[in-house]
This record gives sequence, C-alpha cells and structure tokens, in this order.
Amino acid sequence: MAEYNWPEASKRSLIGKRISRLDGPEKVSGKAKYTYDLKRPGMLYGKMVRCPHAHAKVSSIDTSAAEKMPGVKAVKIIQDPGSEIQWAGDGVVVVAATEEHLAEDAARAVKVTYEVLPHLVREEDLSKAGDRAKPAAEKVAGDPTKAFSEAEVVSEGTYSIAVITHCCLESHGQITEWEGDKLNVFPSTQAVTGIGGEFVKALGIPATNVRVRMNHVGGGFGSKFNADRWGIEGARLAKLAGQPVKIMLERDAELMVAGGRPSSFAKIKMGAKKDGTITAWESNSWGTGGPGGAGMPPLPYVWQIPNQRMNHTGVATNIGPARAWRAPNHPQACFLTMSAIEDLAAALKMDPLEICLKNISLLGPRASLYQEELLKGAEIIEWKRKWHLRGDTTAGHIKRGLGLSMHTWGGAPHNSECRVTINPDGSVSAELASQDLGTGTRTVIAIVAAETLGLPIEAIKVNIGDSAYPPSGGSGGSTTVGGVSSSTRRAAADALDEIFKVVAPALNADPANLEAAGSKIQVKGDASKSMTWQQACSRLGVKPIRANGKQPDPAKGSLASSGVAGIQMAEVTVDTETGIVKIEKLVSVQDMGLIIDAKTAESQIYGALIMGVCYALYEEKIMDQATGRMLNPNMEFYKLAGIGDIGTLVVHLMTGQEQDARGVIGLGEPPVVSPGAAISNAVANAIGVRVPSLPITPDRVLTAMEKKGGLT
Amino acid sequence: MRINGTRQNLSVEPRVTLLDALRNYLDYTGAKKVCDRATCGSCTVILGGKMVYSCSVLAIEAQGKDITTVEGLSTNGKLAPIQAAFVENDAQQCGFCTPGFVVACKAFLDKHPSPTLADVEKGLGGNLCRCGTYAGVRQAVLAAANTMRGGQKNG
Repeated sequence: MAEYNWPEASKRSLIGKRISRLDGPEKVSGKAKYTYDLKRPGMLYGKMVRCPHAHAKVSSIDTSAAEKMPGVKAVKIIQDPGSEIQWAGDGVVVVAATEEHLAEDAARAVKVTYEVLPHLVREEDLSKAGDRAKPAAEKVAGDPTKAFSEAEVVSEGTYSIAVITHCCLESHGQITEWEGDKLNVFPSTQAVTGIGGEFVKALGIPATNVRVRMNHVGGGFGSKFNADRWGIEGARLAKLAGQPVKIMLERDAELMVAGGRPSSFAKIKMGAKKDGTITAWESNSWGTGGPGGAGMPPLPYVWQIPNQRMNHTGVATNIGPARAWRAPNHPQACFLTMSAIEDLAAALKMDPLEICLKNISLLGPRASLYQEELLKGAEIIEWKRKWHLRGDTTAGHIKRGLGLSMHTWGGAPHNSECRVTINPDGSVSAELASQDLGTGTRTVIAIVAAETLGLPIEAIKVNIGDSAYPPSGGSGGSTTVGGVSSSTRRAAADALDEIFKVVAPALNADPANLEAAGSKIQVKGDASKSMTWQQACSRLGVKPIRANGKQPDPAKGSLASSGVAGIQMAEVTVDTETGIVKIEKLVSVQDMGLIIDAKTAESQIYGALIMGVCYALYEEKIMDQATGRMLNPNMEFYKLAGIGDIGTLVVHLMTGQEQDARGVIGLGEPPVVSPGAAISNAVANAIGVRVPSLPITPDRVLTAMEKKGGLT
Repeated sequence: MRINGTRQNLSVEPRVTLLDALRNYLDYTGAKKVCDRATCGSCTVILGGKMVYSCSVLAIEAQGKDITTVEGLSTNGKLAPIQAAFVENDAQQCGFCTPGFVVACKAFLDKHPSPTLADVEKGLGGNLCRCGTYAGVRQAVLAAANTMRGGQKNG
C-alpha cells in the first residue's frame, strides 16, 4: 500500500528546505518564453479600436479606409452600431496586419461615431450616484442599538481605499491559430485548463478541438482567468484572415480595461468599554467595481464583534469592470476594520496591541494562533520599546510610528490531476495542465515528486502549461500549492508502489517493506539490501510506469487544508513638511501549514509586502468625471513602489509540528491583505491623526495634518 | 548592428523602436515591452556601452553600434555572476521584469563594483517590478558584487 501522508520532518530531504526555483536560470537569461514573446508561422498583429467615451452608443462604423491599407489582412466589427459601451477603452473593431505598426495605422483609420450618454466614473460622493447606487439589505447581529447606548467609549471614522488596477507587466493577450477546424490558443493566463472552455462556448466548437499552451506568464494577480473579448475576437479574426493573430494589450488598455480592484468607502462606529473590551460595530459602506457595482467586503474583518449593524451600497460606474485582485475584498475590509480598531485604541489612549490581545477571544477558532503571531511580531519589531501614544512628540519634522494589522484567508486545494511517468531509463516526468505564475508551482511539483521517489530535484521533469496534460485548477484563491502538491504526491506514491512490486523479488523482500531514498530502492532498515534507481528502472523492460494522482481523493486521506491567520506590523517615518511617508520596516508573521519550499514561500511574502507598499502609498486608478477617462493609464503616473521605497522587510514563517499537521495551505494571497492597514495605522501613530484614504499620498498627509491643526 | 557580438542586418521603417526591432524582427525577446515609454526598465539593454531603455531608442539610432541584451550576458551557457545571484537569492517571480533588471544590475555593477545598499536602492530605481522581487534583487546585487570582486568583504 502506497504511503500518501507527508513524511515527518526528520525524514524529509527536500520538503520545507530552501530550494531555488527551477525556472530561475531561464528567467534570468532571457530564455523564458512568455506569450508576448511567441511568434507563430504567418502570424499577424491584431489591434483594437477602442471607444474613447465612458458611456456611449455606437452610431456608425466605417472600416473601408482601413481595409485598403498596406499589410491589412482582416478587419472585424465586434460591437455593431446600436451597441452600448459601458467604459472607455472597450473594443469596438479589431484589425489584423502583417506588422504591428501597420495594424496600429489601420486601427486609427477606422471611423466610428458615437452617441455619447451620461456617465459616472467617481463614487466618493454617494449623494451624486443617483439610481446607480444599489443599497443591499441591512445586516444586523446581536443588539447594536443597546450596545452603543451602553458603550463607555464610542469612536467614529470615515475611511476609503481607492480602485487600483492589476498592472500585470506582461499585458493581457494571446495568439490564436487555426489548424483546419482546430484552434490553438497561446494565452497569458492563470487557467491553462479552464480557459479553453470559453473558446468552446463562444465559438461553438468541440472541446477536443481547442488546445491551450503557455510556458510562462508575466503576472496575473487574479486578472487573467478569462478568454476575454480580445481572446474570442482574436480567434474569429484569425479565422477571417486565415492566419494566426497575436493581440497583446497596449499599456494604456491594460490599465484601463484589463483589471481593477473595487474601491471601498465606509463610515464606521465602534463601541467599547473603558478597559478596551470591544462591544459594538456599525458601518455604512459603499464602493464600485465598474458597471457591476461592488459587494460588501467582509466587515467587520476577522473580528467577531457581538453586536453589529452593516449597510452597504454598491455603485455602478462606467469604469473598466473589476477583476479578482489578490485576496478579493480582503485588503479593503482589513484596512477599514483595522483602521477603526486603531482609532478606537487611540480614543481609549490604549496600545492597539493590548486591545487586540484583550479581545483575542473575538478572533474565533484561530485566536491562539493570532496571539502567538502578534507576540512574535511584537518581539521582532520591538513593539514595547518603540510604540508610543498617537502622535510622535519628539522634536523635528520627521515623525516615527508603529502600526499593526491582522488577516485571514482560505487557501484550500483546488482540483488537480497529475500524471507521473517513470521511464525504463530512470527519467521521471510529472505532468499537469497547471501554470506557474511565478509563485514557484513548477518547483513545488518537482520537490514533492522528488521527495516521494527519493530522488534529487533535478531528476524530475515537470511539464505544465499545456491543456493536453491532466486537468488542474486555475491559479486563484491560493489554491494551487495545495492542489498540485496533493495530486503529485499521490501520483508519485502510486508510481513508486508499482516499481516496488517490480523490484521486490530481486531484493528478496515484500514490496510493502521497501523504501526509496538517496536515489536507491532499499529494504526498510537495511540499506545493504538495495539497488540504485537506475538499476530498478531498467527492470521495467520497455514499459514505463504511469500513475495518476488526484486531488481530492478522500480514500487516500488529506494532504492539504485551509484557513490561515497572519499578522503584520509596520514602522514608518513621515516628513511632516513634505507629507512623504517612508517605510522603515515591515514585519510579517505568517502560518501556512506544511511548507514545501521555504525559499519561494518567503518570496511570496516579500512580494506581498512590496505590493502592499504599492497600494498603501502610491497606486490609484484616477478617473476624471468631466471626460470619463482614466487620467493615469501609464506607468509614469500609475505609480508602483521602486527598489528604494520598501524599507527593511522581515518575514517570519510559522513552522513546527502543529503547522505540519495542517497539511499544505495556500500562501499567495494572505500576506497582501494587511500592509495597507498596518502602514496606515503606523502613519496615524506617527503624525497623530488618521490619513483616512489609501493611497497615503503626500497631499493627503498634509491635508490631514492641517485638519488636525498643524504640525504639533 | 552588432548584437551580443553577432552582426545583424535589418531594414525597418524609421519609426520602429530598437525594442520592437529586437523582439518583432529578430528573435531577441529577453527585453520586454511593458510601459513602452521609458518608465519601467523591462526593456533595458546596453547600447554602445551605455544602459538604455530600448523602447525609447529608435532602431536607426542603433545603426552600427554594439548592443548587449540579456541573452548576451552568459557565456557558453554559464550564467554571469549577477544572473547566478538572481537565481540564488530568488530575485524573480513571474520573471517579466527580470531580464531588464539583470541588464540594469550588470551595468550598475560595472560602474559601481563595491556598492552599499543605499547605492543599490538609488542606482536601480529605474526598474519596476509588480510581483515585488526587490528584496531578492537587493541581496542579489550585493552578493554578485562580492563574487565579482573575488569574494572579498563588501567595502
């Protein structure tokens, strides 16, 4: 019987160690080929004609001039006259030409007229939203009216967090190529298995006729699950032209239409006893994620406050539609809640760390884990020594402050199948129609297969990124590591079981009494009775061993679970003359169950902290109500943090038997949830007043200081 | 043009950028097209000994000049010290900014063989990453500097 459970710590040679990602060498040498880098024989370049209005009806389209231009092979109307456009940048016509700039010329030569309709692209003032505001039913728990009337301290605040975009460095797009009635798609995607189905549905072709391939993807963060209009229309255009077509979005289109995290605004009231016991919550929140509005983020976040009243209004706006953004809804909910708690602590003149510890029982089943993590973080950042009451009272214009936050995420394993093949020459492959977003998925698969088979990691050839391999879920919700490690473990264990049966007679042993370690197969507890991996595999003759592993597979136990905690602390300095916030230190203490690769796990957290600095201090999709357009659809004014903006980063991974026993839990999302709140709280602690909005730009810092009454 | 030591002849329209020439007309796809307006550094190459954003140089401006792209940094399949340090310090995630970053780091280290952390943060501010690999990049540059000086202590 194959051994499916994870080996215990003392028996692991690879799992949990610090292993460099397998595709590192090809990435650093420019050899890694992304969708954007691919060329197919006869390939054309596709460009879209985009609507300049936020809300309009197409009146007329004249493609005649474009069709006659040099190099143009196909022109296709994708939104006929009469179609209603809901956001600026939406595609109306698509053209294909032999060279990229010729396609651009042709797109410019298409004449489209519009009937311009009224638009709304800003949502901060709910009173101006009119019938675009869609209130949800009130949610109440306990008796908030009574709790507030009995509260000894009530704290109130208004907070907001802007719409940001995904800004993948490799923009969205794909090559679509027909071979007769078969379609090859080379997309930039987070869902190699899933995306093909959208082409099947839209084009009315059998699933067996669509093949999806992708080796590397230049960022997704939740925005690359779908075929999208440019994918489906790209396939139709390729059919029309009789040649493959590559459409990659230009940077402005990428920022306008290919991603967006909904905004959140909230007026929050909290009630507590004088000793810091939290008793009541009331929130009136609103936000937008484009034409679909926005649902309520999970408020109050993490804390199970006994008496609550929540009202939320989604606002439908004419901005590019929202897409899942790394930990959807959590950064917003976290920022709103943790800011309100910090403001309550300030009203009580208490240390927020003490408030959190005092109310720890409100954190539900993971309360003790949060407590452990808070204490660990406090030790690392020297909270007790450095924390002060709100407002740094030391002389000078550089003010220093500390802030904290906490978060949660699921990260349960997705469905996954893995096929492990052991060849008579000793070579081993693991195949899954999965994808590596840069999280280290390839490396994780290789580690699990190698550990299971007792081989070095280099012995495993990992094949992913092709829908011809066994299906595996899309990479979203931090579900990939649990899914692929479970399916790979089971496939490798079953394959090993097969090879044990083959070699057992030669070793004069029962197959159940064999083990694989150090590139050998040996009798358990008797290394003298062994044969090398090569010798063992040569006994297969001409027939390779193939085994399929699945997640889930209840008969084979459970290798992964879900539900992490996690805390972060920030230390910042604020220049009260310029309003510039500088990150001094960020500390992340994170649990994630059993760690497969400590090096890439740490990288996920470093990356999340840095992405958090981006949205805490710099990022905002700035919309102009007068024109309905995005004002900063470029990387000069849509700002990301640079290498000098991130301060000292400290990552502490929770490890040990207790974590191992939980199995694998996804990590990609949770650590990106807290930075905004932790940094905002640190700024408030430094300057003595809340800067109510993210990103915390210098003008917002100075405005908040002025409202407070100046520099002191 | 001489690209990574190999002479390449190419005839393109004057408006074609060096980046598009490398990517669309030749097969040097290491340099990436991201911001396309000299902000993010993903298209960084070395032109005539000088680091440039190839999205903002016209191909005709590169006529007759020596160009080094990321593909030209390793020799006989052996990674250059900065590349090896990127791998070891996990200074890449999705890897799309990585080639530009690697070239920028190489050019930076050629000028500043013994950088401090502050030098690194100032000198490499012209490259942007979305996944957040800066922590690894900082370590990689300092480690590569050390290796290139023959393992002496960082000064």
